[in-house]
Amino acid sequence: MKSFDPRVNRINPIEEKTEMNIGEAWEPYEVFHQKKRGDHHIHVGSVHAPNAAQALLFAKEQYGRRQNCVNMWVVRTADVTQFQYDDADIFETAIDKEYREAYGFKVRDKINAYKKQQTESK
Amino acid sequence: MYGNGYTSPEETAKQKPDPLAGEDLQQLALFEERITHGEKIEPQDWMPKEYRRQLIRMIEQHAHSEVIGALPEGTWITRAPSFKRKLALIAKVQDEIGHAHLLYNAAETLGKSREAMINDLLSGKSKYSNVFNYPATTWADVTVIGFLIDGAAIVNQVINAKGSYGPYCRALERICYEESFHLKQGHDALVHLAVGTKTQRAMLQDALNRWYRPIIHFFGPSDKASVHGTLLMKWKVKMASNDDMRNQFLDQYVPKIRELGLDFPDPKLNKNAEGIWEFSDPNWDEFFATINGNGPCNAERLAVRRWAEEHGRWVRKALMNPSQKQVLPLS
Amino acid sequence: MTPALYNFILKTADDCFILGHRNSEWTGFGPFMEEDIAFASMAQDKIGHAWLLYKMLDENPAAAETLAFKRAEKDFKCCHFVEQPIGEYDFSLMRHFLFDHADQLRYEMLMNSSFEPLAHFAKKFKGELKYHTMHADTFILQLGNGNEESKARMQSALNFCLPLALGIFEAYEGEQEIIAQNIFAGEKVLQAKWVGKISPIIKDAGLKMPDINTLQAVNGGRHGFHSDYLQPLLKEMREVVDAFPDATEW
Repeated sequence: MKSFDPRVNRINPIEEKTEMNIGEAWEPYEVFHQKKRGDHHIHVGSVHAPNAAQALLFAKEQYGRRQNCVNMWVVRTADVTQFQYDDADIFETAIDKEYREAYGFKVRDKINAYKKQQTESK
Repeated sequence: MYGNGYTSPEETAKQKPDPLAGEDLQQLALFEERITHGEKIEPQDWMPKEYRRQLIRMIEQHAHSEVIGALPEGTWITRAPSFKRKLALIAKVQDEIGHAHLLYNAAETLGKSREAMINDLLSGKSKYSNVFNYPATTWADVTVIGFLIDGAAIVNQVINAKGSYGPYCRALERICYEESFHLKQGHDALVHLAVGTKTQRAMLQDALNRWYRPIIHFFGPSDKASVHGTLLMKWKVKMASNDDMRNQFLDQYVPKIRELGLDFPDPKLNKNAEGIWEFSDPNWDEFFATINGNGPCNAERLAVRRWAEEHGRWVRKALMNPSQKQVLPLS
Repeated sequence: MTPALYNFILKTADDCFILGHRNSEWTGFGPFMEEDIAFASMAQDKIGHAWLLYKMLDENPAAAETLAFKRAEKDFKCCHFVEQPIGEYDFSLMRHFLFDHADQLRYEMLMNSSFEPLAHFAKKFKGELKYHTMHADTFILQLGNGNEESKARMQSALNFCLPLALGIFEAYEGEQEIIAQNIFAGEKVLQAKWVGKISPIIKDAGLKMPDINTLQAVNGGRHGFHSDYLQPLLKEMREVVDAFPDATEW
C-alpha cells in the first residue's frame, strides 16, 4: 500500500497478527516532581520502566517537559504501601479536637474583661 | 484528542438487560451516593462491575485514539514548511503519545494491563476514534486537524474531566491543558493559510471539504434515546449526550471558520431559532463502515502500530528485569 | 563575520538540523511510549539548536528559513553520519550516543570561545545536552549488557556507525583560522576528547571498541559532497514549500 506518510513508505507495515507479550511493558514507577527548591515533591503520575534509572529518564520528559521542575523522585509502585479507602473512617474523629488546634484557645475575652474591671475599679 | 466514548453495535448486543444483576445493593447505594455528592471514585474503591467495564472500554478507546491520532498528523512531520511549524508539529504529535501514555496508565488502574490493551488495539478488537481513519493528504489537513479535531476533543474532554473516576479526571486535566496549545497552534497555522496566497487558501478549503463529514461524525450518532446512556450518565461516566457536545462544538467553531470567509460544504449547516445547529444527513452508514474497519486508513493505521510494536520488541525484551512485578499504577 | 566563522557555524548547525529532522521521524513509531516521548523531545532540541545557530548567521529572521528550506544540497555542510536514514532503533540509538557525546563536548569547549555569541549558546545548550547523553548512556549500558540479541545489535550498530561518526571531525575550510582566533580548539582536539569519553562507556556496556586508527572516516560532507540520502531528505522536507513558490508565510 502507498501511504501519504513518506515515513510509512520507508518501512514495511505489518499486516499479520502481532502481540505484545506480558512483561514487555515492564512495571510502573510512581513519579513525584518538585517545582522549585523549598517545595514538597508532589505526585504527578507514573511511568513504566525496566528499572529506576530508566524510570527517571522517562519521567523527566513525560512530566517535566512542560512545567518548571528542579527535581524528581521515582518509586517503584510495588514498593508503595497505602491505606485502603474502605478504611478512610480512621481519619474521622469522634470529638472536635479543638484542644490541639490554635482556634481552640481564645483568651482575648478574659483579657478584655480583666482590663475593663481594672479600669472600673480605679 | 478524542471524540466521545463510542458504543459499537456488538458492544450494545453484549449489554446485559440488567447490568446491575448480582451487585451488592448496600455497596452500590454508597457508591452512587458518593457520585451524587460529587466525590471521585478511586481505583481501590468498591465499584459495580459494569462501571469498571465501561470505564476500561472508554478510557482505553481514548488512549488508542491518541496513539493512532499521532499518525495522521505525523504524516507531515518531515514536511512541515517552516522551523516553527516543524517544531510545533513534533511537539504536538509527541503530546498525543504523551496523552496516550497518561490514559493507558489511568485505564490500567482499573485492572487491565497495558500489554492487554495494546493487543486489543492491534487485533482490531478495541475501537478508536473514527476520525483517524481518514488520511491527511495535504499540509492543510494538519491545520484542520489541529484546530477542529482538537477543538472537538477539547469540548469532549473538558466535559469528561468532571466525571466520577479520579484517575481519568486527573489525566484529562493535564491533557486539556496541553490541548489548548494544540488548538492555538492549529488555529495559527490554519489562519496563515486562509490569509495566504490563493493556492494556500484553496488547499485549506479543500481540506475543510474533506474533513467536514468526519468532523460531524466525531461525536458519534445521536444517543439521546439510549437507555444504556442513562446509567452511564448517572454514574458520571458519560457526561453529556453526543448531540449536545456536537452542538457546543459547532457553536464555538463554525463562526471561527466563517469569519475567515471560508465555509463547510453543507448548505444546511445553520443554527436554528432554538440555538440548535442543523446539518445535512452525514451518512451514518459511512461512520459505521469506517469504525468497523473499512475506512480509508484503518488497515494502514494498525499495520504501522504493529510495525512499531514488533520493531521495538527487542528493546523491551532486552531490558526486562527478572524481579519486575505485575502491579497496577496507583492513581 | 569572517567566511571561516560562517562556515564553522553553518556546518555545526547543519549537523544538528539534519539529525534532528531524522530523529523526529521516530515520533509515533518508537519502541515504547515513554521512549517515544523522550526521543521526540531530543529531536526538538536539536532542531531548536540549529535554528538558533542559523539565526546567528544573518540578522534577517527569514534567512534561517531560507538556509533550511531553500539552500542547494551542495551548500549543506553536514556530515554523512547525520544524513543516514533512521534504520532500526539500534542504529538510531547508537548514532544518538556517538553524536551527542561529540556535541556535548563541542559545546563544553565552546563555553570558552572568543566568539561571545557561541559561548553564550554553549551555556544555554548545556542542560539539554547533558540529558541527551544521560539518556544515551543509560540505553547503551543496558542494551549492551542486555540479552544476546541486544548485545549483538548494539555491537554491529557501533561497528557500522564509527567510520561515519569520524566524519563529524572532518576538517573544514577555514579551520586553522578558527583555531588561531581561539574560537574553537579544533576538530582533532574534539575527536581525541570524544574517544576518551565514549571508550569507557562502550567498555562498560560490554561492547568491543574497534581500533579507531584502522578505520577510514566517511568524509566529504564538510566540503559539500554528500551521501545519496541528503538530496531525497531535502526534497521531502521542502515538498510543501516547493509546491507553493509564491507563498511567503506558513
